[in-house]
Parts: sequence; structure tokens; C-alpha cells
Amino acid sequence: MEFKRMSEKIIMLGNEAIARGAYEAGVKVSAAYPGTPSTEISENIIKYKDAIYAEWSPNEKVAMEVAIGASISGVRAMASMKHVGVNVAADPLFTVSYMGVNGGLVLVAADDPGLYSSQNEQDTRCVARAAQLPVLEPSDSSEAKEFTKFAFEMSEKYDTPVIVRTTTRLAHSQSMVELFDRTEIEDKPYVRNAAKNVMMPGNAKLRHIEVEKRTNAMIKDGSDFPINRVELKDTKIGVITSGIPYLYVKEALPDASVLKLGIVNPLPRKLIEDFASKVDELYIVEELDPVIEEQVKSWGIKATGKEILTVQGEYSANMLRKAILKEELEIKPAAQVPARPPILCPGCPHRSTYAVLNKLKIHGAGDIGCYTLGAVAPLSVVDTTVCMGSGISTLHGMEKARGKDFIKNWVALIGDSTFMHTGVNSLMNMVYNQATGTVLILDNSITAMTGHQDSPATGKSLMGDTVTQIDIEALCRGIGVKNITTVDAFDLAALEKSVKEENAKDEVSVIIVKAPCALLDKSRKPVYVEISDKCKKCGMCLKPGCPAITKNPDGTIHINDTMCAGCGLCASLCKFGAIEKAGAK
Amino acid sequence: MSAKNIMIVGVGGQGTLLTSRILGGLAIDSGYDVKLSEVHGMAQRGGSVVTFVRYGEEVSEPIVEEGCADVIIAFERLEALRYANFLKKGGALIINDQRIDPMPVVIGAAEYPENIIENLSKEYNVIPVNAMEEAKKLGNSKVFNIIVLGVAAQHMNFTKEQWFDVIEKTVPPKTVEINKKAFEIGYHL
Repeated sequence: MEFKRMSEKIIMLGNEAIARGAYEAGVKVSAAYPGTPSTEISENIIKYKDAIYAEWSPNEKVAMEVAIGASISGVRAMASMKHVGVNVAADPLFTVSYMGVNGGLVLVAADDPGLYSSQNEQDTRCVARAAQLPVLEPSDSSEAKEFTKFAFEMSEKYDTPVIVRTTTRLAHSQSMVELFDRTEIEDKPYVRNAAKNVMMPGNAKLRHIEVEKRTNAMIKDGSDFPINRVELKDTKIGVITSGIPYLYVKEALPDASVLKLGIVNPLPRKLIEDFASKVDELYIVEELDPVIEEQVKSWGIKATGKEILTVQGEYSANMLRKAILKEELEIKPAAQVPARPPILCPGCPHRSTYAVLNKLKIHGAGDIGCYTLGAVAPLSVVDTTVCMGSGISTLHGMEKARGKDFIKNWVALIGDSTFMHTGVNSLMNMVYNQATGTVLILDNSITAMTGHQDSPATGKSLMGDTVTQIDIEALCRGIGVKNITTVDAFDLAALEKSVKEENAKDEVSVIIVKAPCALLDKSRKPVYVEISDKCKKCGMCLKPGCPAITKNPDGTIHINDTMCAGCGLCASLCKFGAIEKAGAK
Repeated sequence: MSAKNIMIVGVGGQGTLLTSRILGGLAIDSGYDVKLSEVHGMAQRGGSVVTFVRYGEEVSEPIVEEGCADVIIAFERLEALRYANFLKKGGALIINDQRIDPMPVVIGAAEYPENIIENLSKEYNVIPVNAMEEAKKLGNSKVFNIIVLGVAAQHMNFTKEQWFDVIEKTVPPKTVEINKKAFEIGYHL
């Protein structure tokens, strides 16, 4: 493959580089659901919307299937998602592995070692092994772009979907890349081929044989892939590594010999055996699970890995200096200081909702989104959070286990985008299986946590078009919910009344709690100020945990005028009129 | 030259991302190899955030290790204390003298440490700045971070013109003038 040089070198975020790689590779269709740390891939792909159709799908399963359809039709297609999104997409993914591709098909899966923004720390390489799919792992933005292009070539050569695996540190780091022109790939002809594309038992049995053949071919050819690199230096220490940990190895062990793997599944066995035979002591440095290590050891090669390195969190050069070189580093211990966990923003409508639920001593079966932050003190409303869409079904499970009275002081909590993602399925289940619970759809009209992406409920597409906005209320009605109310998140009295009324009913209820995300609400509201001589030091305004309000040593409060978003929640809660809009007098 | 290691620490929403991008842009314009590491997603929501900027002839890892930072730009006192041990011997610790209580402090589960700047000054080369006050004098509290950057610029080897160029290229067009003014204030503090 040859590209015409554009001789332009610029700095790019890892995710931006993947988007550019897709563009240069001639991709025509991209589908995704937002999820940290993968979101910026799609946000950058739309820079090339003249050449690439890109969408936010309602969830990752749909996104994967859209990409599969595009591939079957004969064009290069990509799906991107975070690691837990791959679980949602696992069903099509495991089977398209058998089908193979027509146009090249690439899944970008973004893992999150260290759990910066996720509910677990799973390793996509394990999923890929189970699905028998090849995995490429770049180390910086330049490789992110080039490996993405190589992934499409591999996909077509070996008739397989290919996974490009990134991690948060790669996805959200910027480094230099060289830009090339787009290679226009001619659409492959579509020819009906049921034996390959209709996965019923008889066909799938035969396809499984092809999967084994292709895996063996990749194991054999992999040793010569240009994305692997042997850096032979001092042979006392040899390190097998890949991805971001490669950079830590370079930093900590500049003189060691290194086998940098670009393909981490299936492993290029010959290359690894050759390298191992040339070094005295072999170390395997990989974040998260011992995927490379266990296989290498199973071949009878002596190596050290997780005996001295963790399966949790991110690595660093200092960690390797300590573990491998046994260096005593002169590092001052970190100061013991209060933690600063993420919190709901000032003016966030969820805070208002939670202030009401907290007052009513309601338990929340929660879900994934900013509103998960309602689990921590002082709000402490969210009792459970499993995965996207789980809140509604968990509440249903509790009711079926313990009876309807058990959940009279419970609600399910879910955001608008998460409801579209998979929550709607769970609500169907409640209606179908005669539940009585109450579901609060916290509708801030955006996918907020990931940085404000659109969804089917917002009426805007990723391509920037104004599209049919799915009406949440009509949708709920359509699937058979009889009790639906819509309230303003900042109307505390109305919300309290609704929750009490709906929870008393022996039928499924939905309360749509509406108010735009505070970060998107551009209407400039006057901030609120405290009137100290009216303050009775009761602490009511402090209860919802607004970061703009602090307690003075004398028990009165102070509102930080640069943080206050003017939502008025504190003023609504104050019984003594001690909080007023600035300039109200 | 061996890589220069800069850290920008603060509270999610204070503009660490913009500041690191200005700094990264400047290093690129000056012909260096550059790596930046940023924080997106949940941690941005009022949590403790740290971004790394490394530049030099060749940079491998995108993070700054403990004991290796040449300059730490802290937008908040407690965050300065949290990350101070990343500073190398002789490194500069620029602290915006602002207090933002983290939730454990707000709810009374923890205490905000007293005398952070005084105590850090005993161990490190600390440069305190009251950027919020200066920004309010300018009539726009949001640009406090660029004032802090202006102070930090005194400890880096770029000219004011180079800084102005990159600010023009990085900040939204409407805010170029106010950001340049803010930088100028910090640069002469």
C-alpha cells in the first residue's frame, strides 16, 4: 500500500488519529455509541463527512450491525466503542467473526485501565480471543492512524473483522502524526452468498473451519507484519510489550532489548520464540490481564510478568524501574489530602431531582451517566449501578423477588440517552411482566457525561442534520405505560407530588424529569447571593452538595459567584429568604 | 535537550485542557517533539484533573512521572498539594491561590488543609498568584487560567510573541483579546 505524502506533520489526539486513519483508509461508513475513552473518534470522523457517513447509533450492538451491513454491501466500515460497549455488541461481533467481511471491517475498542470513566476494567483482548478476532495495539497517535489503515488491509486479506484496541492513555494523548491523502477504495461487488452471510448451524459449522484456517494463517504471517518491531540492544534483559506500556519500557529501560508487538492476537509465535531465545531474562509488560504472558509461558518459555507487575490500573516508567530494575527511587511520598471525586456540576438538574428523592428517603436503582454521581454523599440516592439500561430491570427484579411493597420507596433512574440505548427494553419488560415500579427518566436532552453527544431523543444527528426527534413520552405510551407525567427538574413541589403519587400506584409509572444540562443551558441567569443576616444556619441549602456553596466558620454560608450557575435550587430550599438573586434589591 | 515536563493540575472545569493545548501548540511551533496527556469524561466533572505536557527532541511516554516535573501549574491550592511530589529538584510550582472545597470537605467528612502555600514553600520553589482577583479586575473571571499561564511563562524559554501567536491560534476567536490581556498581566506579575 502506498500513500502520496502530504508532508504535513501535526499533533493529534489518539482518537483523532484513528478517525484520520479511517479517512485515509477509504472508510465510507462509521457507526458508534459515545463512551469514554472512544467518543472523540466519531466526533473527528465528521470532519470528513463529505467522504464518510457517520452516525451515533442508539447503542453499540446497533452500531456494530450497521458497520457489518456496510461491509457486506462492499465498503470499508468501522464501529467504535468503549470496552463495555463491546459487551453490548458481543452478539453480532462473535458471529461476524465467522462470516468474515466483504469491505474491510474494523472495530475500535477503547479500554480504560485505571477506570477513569468506567464501571469495570475489563481487557478487550480477552473478548477478542473468545471471538477469535485479531487485535492490533498502537502506542501513539501516529501508530493509531497507521494501524487503523493496516487493520483494513488485514481485514480484507484474511477475511476477518479486525479489532484496534486502544486505552485511555492513548485515546486521550496527543502526539505528532504525518498526514496522507485518502485512498479511494472501489466498492466491492455485492454477490449473494448465503453460506457466508446467513449464520445458521449448517453454514456456521463450515465457517468455523475457515476461522481456524485464517487464525493459523495470521499466526504464521504475523511474524513478518511490519507493525511488530524487534529492537535488539543489550540482551541481558528482553521485554515483550505493546501499546502504551511500550513507551514506559522505553523510558525506564532504554538499553534493554524490546519486542514491540503490533498484533497482540493471535500472537506471532515464531517471532516471540526467536526473540526469547536471544535474551537472558525475559519480561512481559502488559497492562491489565496477562494475555500475552499466559500464552508465551504455555509454550514453555520462561518469563516474568504478573509476578512483579499488577493486573490493575495503569503502568508507569517508575513502576517498571522499581519492579524490573529494583531501583530505589528517591520520590517524596504524596501528601495525604482529601480526595476530590467528580461531582454534579453547579446548576445540574440532577441535583435538584436528587434533593427531592433524598428528602423522600427514596432509593434509586441507578444507571450509567452523570446521574450515577448521585450515589455519593451528600445526595446518596443511587443504590445500584451495573451497566447501561440496567436500572429499570434491576428494580423489576427486586419487585419480583420481594413483592411490590418492597419497592414502594424505590425508583429506577435513567437518562434520556441511556433510555434510548437499552433502557426501553427494560421498560417493555416491566409493562409485559406486570410490574408496579416507578421509572424516572432524567431528560437533559443530551448524552452529557461523554461530552454532549446527540441521541435519537435529541432530534439532531451526528452528521449535523435536524432529524425526527423520538418523543420519549409517546414511546413510553406506545409500549403500554399508562401513567406518564412530565415535570420540570427544578419544580421541587411538583416533582415531590409526582413521585409520591406514582409510587403509590400499583402500575408501571414513568416520570420524565426535564431540564437541559447546565453546561448547555446558555441562557445567562443571574447568580444567587447569600443574605447573611437572614441566615439561620440550618444547613438546608448545603444538603444537595452544590460545589458553589461553602459553609463559613460561623455556620453561615457563602455562594461562590464564579461557580454559581443560577439554578435557584438553594433559594428554593431556604425557608428564611436568606438566598436571593444577585441584584434583586 | 532532555524532555521538559510540565503538569497542569486543577479541578475539572477550570480549563486545564485549554491551557495544556496552548502550551503544546507553542512547543510544536518551536519545532519540538511533543506529547500531551489529557483527561476527558467523568473525571472532568468537578474532579481532580491533571494534564501532562512533555516536549523535547524526542519524547516517548506521554505522562510525567513523580519527581520529574520541571513546572507544575496548579489552578487550586489543594491540587497543588496533591501533586507537589511530582516536582523535580529546583522545579517551579505555580499556585493559583484559590480554594475550591472538594465534596468530602463540603459535607464535613474531611478538612481542607491549612496554610498550603506556606508549607509547600518550605520544600519547593513556590510562586503564588491570586489570578482570580486579577481576572475579576479584568472583568472576566474565566480567564484566570491564562493569567496563571502568564506567570508560568516567566519560567519557560519562549518569547511573549510566541505565546501571543499560539494563544491567537488556540482560543476561540472572540476571546483572543481578553486572553492576550490576561496573559500579559500574568507575564508581568
